[in-house]
Amino acid sequence: MNKNQKSESFFTRTIQLLLQNKLAVLGGAMVLTVFVLSIFAPLIAPYDPSAIDIKNILMGPTLSHPLGTDELGRDVFSRMLWGGRISLEVGFIAVGIATLIGIMLGSLAGYYGGWIDSIVMRSVDVMLSIPTIFLVLTVIAILEPSIINIMIVIGLTSWMEPARLVRAEFISLREREFVLAAHAMGGTDTRIMMKHILPNGLSPIFVSATMGIGGAILIESALSFLGLGVQPPTPSWGSLLSSGKDNIEIAWWLSAFPGLAILITVLGYNLLGEGLRDALDPRQRE
Amino acid sequence: MIPILFGITILSFGVMHMAPGGPAEAQMEFSSKASSEARERLRILYGADQPIHKQYATWITKFVTLDFGVAFADGRKVKDKILQSLPITLTINLLSLGLVLMIAIPIGIMSATRQYSLLDRFTTIFVFVGFSTPSFWLALLLIYLLGVQWGVLPISGIQSLGIDGIEKWSWRWLLDVGAHLVLPVFVSAFTGLAGLSRYMRNNMLEVLRQDYIRTARAKGLPEREVIYKHALRNALMPVITILGLAIPGIIGGSVIMETVFSIPGMGQLLYQAVFSRDYNLAMGILVPAAFLTMLGNFLADIAYAFTDPRIRLR
Repeated sequence: MNKNQKSESFFTRTIQLLLQNKLAVLGGAMVLTVFVLSIFAPLIAPYDPSAIDIKNILMGPTLSHPLGTDELGRDVFSRMLWGGRISLEVGFIAVGIATLIGIMLGSLAGYYGGWIDSIVMRSVDVMLSIPTIFLVLTVIAILEPSIINIMIVIGLTSWMEPARLVRAEFISLREREFVLAAHAMGGTDTRIMMKHILPNGLSPIFVSATMGIGGAILIESALSFLGLGVQPPTPSWGSLLSSGKDNIEIAWWLSAFPGLAILITVLGYNLLGEGLRDALDPRQRE
Repeated sequence: MIPILFGITILSFGVMHMAPGGPAEAQMEFSSKASSEARERLRILYGADQPIHKQYATWITKFVTLDFGVAFADGRKVKDKILQSLPITLTINLLSLGLVLMIAIPIGIMSATRQYSLLDRFTTIFVFVGFSTPSFWLALLLIYLLGVQWGVLPISGIQSLGIDGIEKWSWRWLLDVGAHLVLPVFVSAFTGLAGLSRYMRNNMLEVLRQDYIRTARAKGLPEREVIYKHALRNALMPVITILGLAIPGIIGGSVIMETVFSIPGMGQLLYQAVFSRDYNLAMGILVPAAFLTMLGNFLADIAYAFTDPRIRLR
């Protein structure tokens, strides 16, 4: 073993393993492309996403409108670029909320055990027994469908998996020597949980968060499809798809392209997440 | 089990009642002429004038005797409404479940036994695409292609308009309903297919690494027997668990599927119930569903202990 290899950090090692995985690279490329396109939407979009053009309504894909126009003559490509921003935003923030809740509840349950653990795990069971869509529908029906509310609701209904993962990590780490040492040195519970245990148990959370972004984008699109997500005229992929369905018989491109964008993005995050799982899990290596 | 069921009822009840504006308001929204007295009378009729813990107590004491009450919207018994919609949703989901099991298990076995083969690579990609496809988008595309463009399949409802005259369960009736079910069943199966075949593959890979498989091979059993007798049985067990946990997902999927295909099933019923704040109806669907989920888990645990002697010993 030479010195160079030894000094390899955990991060560069993971990246190297990821780069060896063709599907993960493909997923990363998809994620990156969508990300760049959304960030630079104002520069790339050929038209104003809300510019109405009555003369050119429901036009199929042409050179001037690569993905066609909708029932008000708005350019579908430009709307999809802007819609990507909203969809990604919803995905990231919803997963952020879910992961935060999951880390808090999971670490409390795993660290303290006992009745705290029972309460948290029974809550997980309760949440998993009720169809998510019911909770989301009801809460959105109460709160009015705005982008913020959608992010919060998706976050509040998808913390169960991260909580379980974090709990499992805490249970397996809490009796280890470095934690006992931290106790012996007089570390407070909060400090031990956040500074010593959590950083060592982050790998599965990264994987679940990466895949969760794809999942959240799917939920947002389903909600918008039911008319409860992002409201028109604001474009998100889900709301574009939903307004496209009314014209499915005469203008297939209104539904086809936003759905394809969702598929590509979600696929990208899933491939990347799966690659990350393989790279971070030493058992999978052969 | 009881505390979880209790938690489920409290959470669903609480979330439904958090809404400003109960069923009386939801019903009156359309007739602004209704006086505040009439509204008040409705509120008292629905018991909405009581404090929430009393409403919950009234509801749960009735519920445990399996009295689900009446739906606010039309005054019909919740039980009847559910029994009317249930067969449709059940048929679609059982058919699609059958389809999923029939296809996913062989795919899982094949891609595990030939890991990294062309077939395995192909199914891996199929699985990821399946996971990532919005089901309603797939449904829309199929509606456009098969229904609108080629006109080979009906795209909405569960039977043709003029079918009422035809005798139920006759060949023509079955054919008509069957044609209506093709798209919903296929689309419902699609996502599940991806998930289950991946799951089956991973189980199988895990099992194939075990010592007892090496032993079976070492004592000279034919590969067929090793795979289908020793490995398959062990790899199938976790699938039982998955099926138990699938019920909430099926309900969620049904809401979307039944909206896309305009099918009058449980999903639509739940959707309408939530929107008209029809507490009795919504709870009548949710709580039994949650109970079934728990029962599914419980039965899966028992089945596990039954099939795996290691668990019984503990």
